[in-house]
Amino acid sequence: MAVTMAASESTGQVLAVDGVSVRLAGRQILDDVRFALGPGEFVGLIGANGAGKTTLLRVILGFQPTTAGSVRIGGEASAAAARGRGLVGYVPQKIQLDPDMPVRARDLVGLGLDGHRLGIPLPSRQRRQLVDEMLAAVDAGRFANQRVGNLSGGEQQRVMIAHALVSKPRLLLLDEPLANLDIRSAQEIIALLAKITRQQHVSVLISAHEMNPLLPVMDRVVYMAGGRAASGTTDEVIREDVLSELYGHHVDVINVHGRLLVVAHAGEGFEILAGDETAAAPAHPDHSPAGLEL
Amino acid sequence: MFAPFMVNAWLTASIVAVIAGVVGFFVVLRGAAFVADAVPQGAFAGAAGASLLGVNTLVGLGLFALAGSLGIGWLSRRARRDVATALILVMMLGLGALFLSFTTEYSSEIFSLLFGEVLGVSTTEILPIAGLGLLCVLAVLALYRPLLLSSVAPESSAARGVNNARMELVFLVIVAIATSMTLPVVGALLIFSLMIGPPAAARSLTASPLVALGLSVVLALVTVWIAIAASFETNWPIGFFVGTGGAACYAVGRLIARWRGSHVEVSQA
Amino acid sequence: MSAVFRLLFAPGFFTSSPVHTALVIGGIAAVVSGVVGCFTVLRGQSYAGHALADLSVTGGSASFLASISPLWGFAGTGVLAAGVMDVIGFRRPRGRDLATGIVRGAGLGLAALFLYWDTTSTSTTGVAITVLFGSMFTIGNSAVPLVAAFGIPALAIVTILYRPLLLSSVSSDLAAARGVRVRLTGLACLVAIALAVSLAAMTVGAILATALLVGPAAIALRVTSTPGRATLAAGLIAVAATWLGIVLAYDSFNWPPSHDGWPVSFFIVVLIFVGFVAVQLFGRSRRVTG
Repeated sequence: MAVTMAASESTGQVLAVDGVSVRLAGRQILDDVRFALGPGEFVGLIGANGAGKTTLLRVILGFQPTTAGSVRIGGEASAAAARGRGLVGYVPQKIQLDPDMPVRARDLVGLGLDGHRLGIPLPSRQRRQLVDEMLAAVDAGRFANQRVGNLSGGEQQRVMIAHALVSKPRLLLLDEPLANLDIRSAQEIIALLAKITRQQHVSVLISAHEMNPLLPVMDRVVYMAGGRAASGTTDEVIREDVLSELYGHHVDVINVHGRLLVVAHAGEGFEILAGDETAAAPAHPDHSPAGLEL
Repeated sequence: MFAPFMVNAWLTASIVAVIAGVVGFFVVLRGAAFVADAVPQGAFAGAAGASLLGVNTLVGLGLFALAGSLGIGWLSRRARRDVATALILVMMLGLGALFLSFTTEYSSEIFSLLFGEVLGVSTTEILPIAGLGLLCVLAVLALYRPLLLSSVAPESSAARGVNNARMELVFLVIVAIATSMTLPVVGALLIFSLMIGPPAAARSLTASPLVALGLSVVLALVTVWIAIAASFETNWPIGFFVGTGGAACYAVGRLIARWRGSHVEVSQA
Repeated sequence: MSAVFRLLFAPGFFTSSPVHTALVIGGIAAVVSGVVGCFTVLRGQSYAGHALADLSVTGGSASFLASISPLWGFAGTGVLAAGVMDVIGFRRPRGRDLATGIVRGAGLGLAALFLYWDTTSTSTTGVAITVLFGSMFTIGNSAVPLVAAFGIPALAIVTILYRPLLLSSVSSDLAAARGVRVRLTGLACLVAIALAVSLAAMTVGAILATALLVGPAAIALRVTSTPGRATLAAGLIAVAATWLGIVLAYDSFNWPPSHDGWPVSFFIVVLIFVGFVAVQLFGRSRRVTG
């Protein structure tokens, strides 16, 4: 079941996911997922762990075959072709970097430009300039010459974003970049992403299990639960009727100071299905809707 | 020690050092020290088998080196790499034990195959070593970028269209060729020392990958040259100097890294 | 039935005294290796195990030259090497393997030197072959106190430190949080490995020392679901492979080409290797590719 609302139409789409289903080991991981991204759109892929976000990203990247449905990227029907044209940039969730590796931040970004080409990178002013510009754009200039493995998690993430964007892809995929960040770092990264992708006119699909940090910048949201997805603007999707149908049972959507919480009844109490789990307690607890304890 | 008859030795050892430095850079980067150690040992078992059959030992060397390398690659897709390496290694050594049990005499080649006999390389043998060595070095340089990318960031390299599995396969084949070509010079047991000591030191000295590659070669050359000179003077086996030389490289690299680390902390304070 | 029996067990198998010795000593080495091997594989230290096996043989050969009891040669070198590896090694597996390789290189370089100095031996190549390929049963009947000296401490270490070892193998941070002395535990494990492989190297040779350490444990970990059961299974598989190998080696006595029997180590290694590959190919939990 999918609710698609006002998605960009036909040919201008950077990404078109059409009826994708994936069944693995007897479980339906993805169930008839369909949505599309237009040029320059910033879309959040929201869902709890296990909802299918990572599998969906892997399908788009071409790492995971589908049981049904198709994915088109920039008009290319196969992920391999899209990769070959350099249409997709990818920032994986966890990246293990050896601190002893002789690879600097600028080297990793440089590999983003031409890492798939044979031979040794010949020193060229143009190449160096592109790399420097990209590093400056993610505010990584000051550690450009340090070993990537020695950088902090947040710094490594910036370098990975630069690495993914330096070749000017049309689609940028990020797998849970906010997962282990505190609120402020998350907001910084989101602001950075929004700024760069606006400048470069890149479409962004960013997966997260918390939607609230993304609310200010998301054009649309793809909300996933149990392998099914609903896509549209926040107002269209984060609603009780839409989400209840998605989850298969009744849920409430609560707005607290602009923060959205999706809550289900669980026995005697309540279970928060989606929301700002890491947020500090609301500044004014007595503003919560009557009868509900948060 | 620079007499005419020694020229071959210097030349061959230098070629070996270049190969070891270039291939070793990626061996250390990919954490493949065990593989670089296991393949030559397996190759040695192949040499024993070849001499048993009366075939040219280099053929046995090369075949077993390739089989071992590819075997490790194949098995590593299903199991942990270090377990796969250990089991392929013992399987080849077991075959080696079998071959050796069929003869009652050990050819004199065996000691030199184990520990190296750089003085024994004849002029005719240099050419194939140089040729295949050049092939290895060129292959590594040609594949430098995708190999580096898939070693450092495999997931994003896959998104870019680099086939990680193919890179691994090519890398293993290169290791097989490099070790079997250099084995007769430095010995089965110690070629890997040249492949891990100098590159380990090089990467402590610089953060730039190309510079580190160059330094690997330079340090390998220095190690080998010192080993030849020392072996010539003392008559001790060259393998001893290579083994301890590689360890010395590594130690120096570690010390410098530690000094650098504390140095950097102070300057940032 | 008895025909099958005679086919499997060549005549004289059960009455042969060397065979008895082989079964007992080999069996014990197998059990110790299999059990300790579980932790080796879990901790990703197969390379260290192999390096220690070779190094202990080198030390053992050197001790022959220096007229020290081979016991101390094997074990001393093994434990010493373990200590060095631990001191210079990192906690990260890659750094550890690098350190292992370096120590092995240095150790083998020394071995080359010792062999060169060993002017009393008529065949240096013979000793060199022994370093690499080992030979079974070099110690002989007096092995029982030996076994006690090596096997029991090795088993004791992994039994006493069972839980901390397990926890620190899964995650060193978790273990440290729980108060486990991660560094010390690691060193103790490495010493246990050194003792186990020294025992095996002395009795059944260097190749089998590595094979029995890594193979049965890898098979057991694939086939069972709990570490406790895996440890038991590893010991059993190791013993089974060893005894079956001995049987086959005995049976091969008249086989070509030398009509002297094929080496035991070959049979045992083949059994372990084939077993491992079979379990990988036909096992339940296969890694999803792609």
